[in-house]
Amino acid sequence: MPQNEYIERHRKLHGRRLDYEERKRKRDARESRIRSKKARTLRGIKAKIYNKERRNEKIQMKKKIKAHEEKKTKKQTEKTPEGALPVYLLDRNVENRAKVLSNMIKQKRKEKAGKWDVPIPKVRAQGDSEVFKVLKSGKTRRKAWKRMVTKVTFVGEDFTRKPPKFERFIRPMGLRFKKAHVTHPELKATFCLPIIGVKKNPSSPMFTSLGVITKGTVLEVNISELGLVTQAGKVVWGKFAQVTNNPENDGCINAVLLV
Amino acid sequence: MGEEMEVEDTKRLLCRFVSENGDKVGDMLDLPVDCNVEQLGLICNAILQNEEKTPYLFFVNEKEITATLIKALDPTKLNTEDVIDIVYEEQAVFKVRPVTRCTSSMPGHAEAVISVSFSPDGKHLASGSGDKTVRFWDVHTQTPHFTCQGHNHWVLCIAWAPDSSKLASGCKNGKIMIWDPQTGKQLGKVLSGHKQWITALSWEPYHQNSDCRYLASSSKDGDIRIWDVILGSTVRVLSGHSACVTVVRWGGSNLIYSASQDRSIKVWRSNDGVMCRTLLGHGHWVNTLALNTDYINRIGPFDPVKNNQQVRTMKKAQLKEFALKRYNDVVQSNGERLVSGSDDFTLFLWDPENEKKPLARLTGHQQLVNDVKFSPDGRVLASASFDKSIRLWEAKTGKFICTLRGHVQAVYMVAFSADSRLMVSGSADSTLKLWNIKNKKLEIDLPGHADEVFAVDWSTDGARVVSGGKDKVLRLWQN
Repeated sequence: MPQNEYIERHRKLHGRRLDYEERKRKRDARESRIRSKKARTLRGIKAKIYNKERRNEKIQMKKKIKAHEEKKTKKQTEKTPEGALPVYLLDRNVENRAKVLSNMIKQKRKEKAGKWDVPIPKVRAQGDSEVFKVLKSGKTRRKAWKRMVTKVTFVGEDFTRKPPKFERFIRPMGLRFKKAHVTHPELKATFCLPIIGVKKNPSSPMFTSLGVITKGTVLEVNISELGLVTQAGKVVWGKFAQVTNNPENDGCINAVLLV
Repeated sequence: MGEEMEVEDTKRLLCRFVSENGDKVGDMLDLPVDCNVEQLGLICNAILQNEEKTPYLFFVNEKEITATLIKALDPTKLNTEDVIDIVYEEQAVFKVRPVTRCTSSMPGHAEAVISVSFSPDGKHLASGSGDKTVRFWDVHTQTPHFTCQGHNHWVLCIAWAPDSSKLASGCKNGKIMIWDPQTGKQLGKVLSGHKQWITALSWEPYHQNSDCRYLASSSKDGDIRIWDVILGSTVRVLSGHSACVTVVRWGGSNLIYSASQDRSIKVWRSNDGVMCRTLLGHGHWVNTLALNTDYINRIGPFDPVKNNQQVRTMKKAQLKEFALKRYNDVVQSNGERLVSGSDDFTLFLWDPENEKKPLARLTGHQQLVNDVKFSPDGRVLASASFDKSIRLWEAKTGKFICTLRGHVQAVYMVAFSADSRLMVSGSADSTLKLWNIKNKKLEIDLPGHADEVFAVDWSTDGARVVSGGKDKVLRLWQN
């Protein structure tokens, strides 16, 4: 063992050889060839160990190159977020309110025609036999003019029953609904909103008047708590929604707001 | 005949004209009680020896005389021996006609319009938006003029230099840029130093420095920086706030006012950056500040009534003197007044030059106060709140005047017309509403925007209102 760092001392005193840098460059340039030759000529366990080492080295190098490339590209793709807010709203968590859905005139025109661009354009027609169950009445159960609705219904607040003699349709209490889960398609959020009325049941106008809610039915829901406003600055409160599930099977009404 | 004379005699009162500040003007007058406003106006003009006829409002015991003198007085408490002080308030000579219609909607921005502002001379219009651009618009043809790209995040605030020669804009990355409204090119360097977004910009008033060289900016990072826009460097950093500085105002008397989310308002000396005093009182974030000299500092050397031709011909020193004179006219009565609105639903009225204590605490709002403005004549202040209402207060005492209701959602911003007779408000319910300050009623509803209105500005000459919002268009409103 050397008793002192004499090589370093010599280097400090006299410097390196004059052609040191040149020789070093050449040696480094030769290195890869020497290593590859070694890899080719080694045999047996030595070759195994050496190749494993070399493979790991290569993997590390490739990873590094990839990381550097990503770093470069990341800067270019940095995007400014959408939904700019003024300074006074930046520190407040304002919920993302959808803009005014559609213009009022268009909506009225559609309402007149009774046609809407609905998410579910075609629904299976529900037959009378499916929706109504015949109830027998009379002392000997021979009269069969009463019907019970077997689907979910909406019954308005002001509804009063007629005397049993005149009550042709029975809408069971257990199948009456007051609220629907309405999804706002732009906000991608769902709200539980009160139903105002049944606008159209595509199967039959009679179902519409009875308030039968099946898949594809257009409901009017109260959206005042969503805080939407018209162009004139009035709060919108009634808006249409189409039922997307089979409420009689699921026990709840899911609907999509018609924009 | 003699009886008639007696009847006449009993209907006379000893009156005296008193200015707003309490200075008595002229001798006592013997006025008939059925003297109406026009007659009072004539007498007042004659006493004050005005060359041009100036409109006045007259008050007796803080009650406005609307028809005749006797109607404003309480006959039961009337003492004919006493001298009645008639307080006169000068009105703006010119009259701004209320805006009634949308003359153009100017699309162009690809994101929400966050700030809009007319230049002090009323000839240029600029807007900053979430699409990273500042745009200049031609007011007369109502078309886009220049699109200035350079920022790499939302442009949050813009501010015109008081001589209308430059526009400063601050973005969410904390960079400030200066633009030339004549060419749409950037002037000087990008001013960078703030670590977070810029919340407000304020130029040095014209009557202190007619070169429009210094700019104060406040940032979310809690600092206020004063910039030299010509050298493009920071002159001074005012740090002291422990939270986001929400607004900065460069006052007319060498003071800078800043409000912060740390609940305090600080007053700084602009020439050496020393903090003079801290105004404490609010219980939550302070959102907004307004000075009674805001309007006068904004218009600088320009005159909203006259054509601003003389500004180009006159020398800077003359203009500075003119601006200083006008500033002194405003502050001579009771100095620079400051009002602050906060998240604790209250406003405070301060006398920041002299006192640490508030002059008044204005309570009544049921939600946070988002914006507060003094009227240009400094008599009324209006506060816009998230409780959907606007409240008017007396600027001198902080006395509540009335509530203006009509918006169905949060009111974001208010802007006064130059003659202080009208006010426009922008709200989240997508409408603008024009209010008459005199009878405290809704003058006209201005629907048109498809979404929330973020920014409103009334031009200094009163002819136009501009609004911008989430629906990405700029709308101009005229009468």
